[in-house]
Amino acid sequence: MLNKSMFIKPRNALEGAGEKGASPAIPDALYRACPACKAAVLTQDMEENLLVCPHCGHHLRMNVEARLRMLCDEGSFEELWPEMTTQNPIGFPEYEKKLAAARSLTGRPDGVVCGTARIGGEECALFVMDAQFMMGSMGTVVGEKITRTFELAAERSLPVVGVTVSGGARMQEGILSLMQMAKTSGAVLRHSQAGNFYLALLTDPTTGGVTASFAMEADMILAEPGALIGFAGPRVIEQTIRAKLPEGFQRAEFLLKKGFVDAIVPRQEQKETISFLLRLHAPHERRDAQ
Amino acid sequence: MNAYERLCAARKSGRPTARKYIEALCDRFFELHGDRLFADDPAILGGIAELDGTPVTVIGIEKGEDTKEKITRNFGSPNPEGYRKALRLMKQAEKFHRPVLCFVDTAGAYCGLGAEERGQGSAIAQNLVEMMGLKTPVISVLIGEGGSGGALALAVADRVYMLENAVYSVISPEGAASILYKDAGQVERAAEALRITAGELKEFGVVEEVISEQSGFEAACAELKKLWIRDLDEIEKLDSRAMLDARYNRFRKFGGLME
Repeated sequence: MLNKSMFIKPRNALEGAGEKGASPAIPDALYRACPACKAAVLTQDMEENLLVCPHCGHHLRMNVEARLRMLCDEGSFEELWPEMTTQNPIGFPEYEKKLAAARSLTGRPDGVVCGTARIGGEECALFVMDAQFMMGSMGTVVGEKITRTFELAAERSLPVVGVTVSGGARMQEGILSLMQMAKTSGAVLRHSQAGNFYLALLTDPTTGGVTASFAMEADMILAEPGALIGFAGPRVIEQTIRAKLPEGFQRAEFLLKKGFVDAIVPRQEQKETISFLLRLHAPHERRDAQ
Repeated sequence: MNAYERLCAARKSGRPTARKYIEALCDRFFELHGDRLFADDPAILGGIAELDGTPVTVIGIEKGEDTKEKITRNFGSPNPEGYRKALRLMKQAEKFHRPVLCFVDTAGAYCGLGAEERGQGSAIAQNLVEMMGLKTPVISVLIGEGGSGGALALAVADRVYMLENAVYSVISPEGAASILYKDAGQVERAAEALRITAGELKEFGVVEEVISEQSGFEAACAELKKLWIRDLDEIEKLDSRAMLDARYNRFRKFGGLME
């Protein structure tokens, strides 16, 4: 929960709407400006290009629906526990209002979507975090659903594919959010000890308590190009060390160089790469049958 | 005392740090250094000791007493190598079947350049996973500040105790205040809202025991020792499967959900 910068200033229409619950998540404009190179791109072209700028290759943030559409074989995704919700477990002032705004923005009760699916024919359990829901923060619902995903996958001997995006633990659920880090880690361990495969795809931004738990616990860790990945947020570090951070600090390419992610995979290649890695970890009987 | 007053008490200069507890409670503490990968982190103190004749592994986050020592120990904010040293000592404890006793006292894991470069998130995550599977009893005591993931990295345990004036929080009240109220000065309000006091955390089931500070340091140590011996005895009766199941379920229960 150290990535304070995620919460201070809404950086785009997407996050700002979360605060006020007003404007729609994706503007219906004909053109979209690339946040990196500022080029105006036809919205339709941007979407067909998986929200990657055709000029500079910048990866724009992708919402849960688009991510599922991109990764899962058509019609194969079956959502689990879609109704799970919480009230205000520690009685945090104004939390209900925040929740209501995030719910009306996303149409979902909390910040992660879980289920089973096939990716390039390979069966898996899957979770996709939702940046639009209070910046993908992890409270009791997110922690519980991810824990259940690993438990169910362990029971059915399925691999888990996890797409992370998060500002960290959700402070409005206080210490109970912190406990989710231990809980999800326990579930990852149990799934792993049974010989199952867990692949994480880290997207922009993955920080705080999510980085310090299940995001960094996968057998293989992939990252999207340019994704911010770290424990502390850049602003917190700058305040601590009283200096500006170097260009590219905490970006996916930096983590690759430092040895903390296995590979950077551009969006166009993600589905094929993930299905390849899943196939290589399929049980022997099934691999032999193919 | 309200939450803010306890927060101030937890941070107060002169409050006993991990070393003081270790010296008061254990016979002949022998310090072990280094993570065998990068460096020795002075913010984490670890080693082997005897507790009433039984070998134990002891690990504490150490803030330091005087200003000079505080600087050396980075004010008790560990770097990744500190968490990796702690993990090395825990694995060693597992090998030799001795319990692990942790003391937690940190504002949080260090938020520096080098810490990020060397994988602060990864180091903490590794501890959480490994502690969930550690086949030897683990008991953690929050003696001062319990700052977020940096504290939890030494508190995935079979039992967690808290000193009466210790605090344990997902984010520093200053951090919460600057995000929520856009005013770091509103610390009192944030401290209240976050529910960081020992009494509240016991109600949530996050800690099993609250140790009174009313009768001073020696009395608190005596109480802590009594609890350790009672609980270690209880945990050691379980086979390792049952012990790990109980540890997982201890954290598994935090939900508060409706479907």
